[in-house]
Amino acid sequence: MQVEVRVKLKQQVLDPQGEAIRRVLSGLGYAEVEQVRVGKLMLLEVAGKEEKAVRARVEEACREVLSNPIIEEFEVRFP
Amino acid sequence: MTKRGSALSRGSGSRPRVAVVIFPGSNCDRDALAAVEAVGGEPVPVWHAGRDLAGCGAVILPGGFSYGDYLRAGAMAAHSPVMAAVRRHAEDGKPVLGICNGFQMLLEMGLLPGAMLMNRTLRFICREVHLRVERDDLPLLAHLRRGQVLRLPVAHKEGNWFASPDVVRKLEDEGAVALRYCTPSGELAAAANPNGALNAIAGLVNAAGNVLGMMPHPERRVRSLLGGEDGAAIVRGVVEAA
Repeated sequence: MQVEVRVKLKQQVLDPQGEAIRRVLSGLGYAEVEQVRVGKLMLLEVAGKEEKAVRARVEEACREVLSNPIIEEFEVRFP
Repeated sequence: MTKRGSALSRGSGSRPRVAVVIFPGSNCDRDALAAVEAVGGEPVPVWHAGRDLAGCGAVILPGGFSYGDYLRAGAMAAHSPVMAAVRRHAEDGKPVLGICNGFQMLLEMGLLPGAMLMNRTLRFICREVHLRVERDDLPLLAHLRRGQVLRLPVAHKEGNWFASPDVVRKLEDEGAVALRYCTPSGELAAAANPNGALNAIAGLVNAAGNVLGMMPHPERRVRSLLGGEDGAAIVRGVVEAA
């Protein structure tokens, strides 16, 4: 089954990349964009039938390597 | 461990053996090997897919772009097969030096605290910086003096060291900061901090004092012909601790 992993910087961590994008948008006239945060989207194809078990495994992988808990948080979704 | 170490070092003279781990994408491994040799050590290249450190007494994790910096700098290398041996080595209190990408690996392995964010400027920074020595009471830093200012090059895009405020406070209280970015005269100043690292942190040591991670490149400054010798003191500390 397909599993979506979203990794983003924690809110309290500065995101200079997001801020640079916000400034570009502002310069292009999108002044209403008040904040941009850049993250990662990973699409995993996982062998397994039971969503609960797959989620547990993918979350384990997120904690072990796919995200760095010091600066990032993750979300596992089934699209 | 001791048995294997002595067996392997037999016949290689009395020079301390220092492993330099090579990952796919390492690009400072040759410099690190040459630097070890230059200060009297026996450099031993160790491929990342191996399971042991060839009986070496010290390990250097060199700079570069292991695994293309995919996912996060150092994140994939932190899980290379040889890293289990590096972790045991570190936990046994034996010397480990992580330089640049190697420092990022040590953070990803949890052998040193914190994480690296992209530089504040979003740019890859490749230039000389000044560093204030904060510790000189450890074997790895035995050839430095507290307050001394070193000039070494940095070359990285993810050197903006970060940790939560309570972790930063704890590290400062424990004296975990080995090196800070500073002005040529040793003052701390925002302009002297190239990447935005919290508290201008350029290098950290673990609580036991045997694991040192630093963003600047000491291995590139061991000969005056190549721009300076300020890095030799650090590489010598590693070799002598091996």
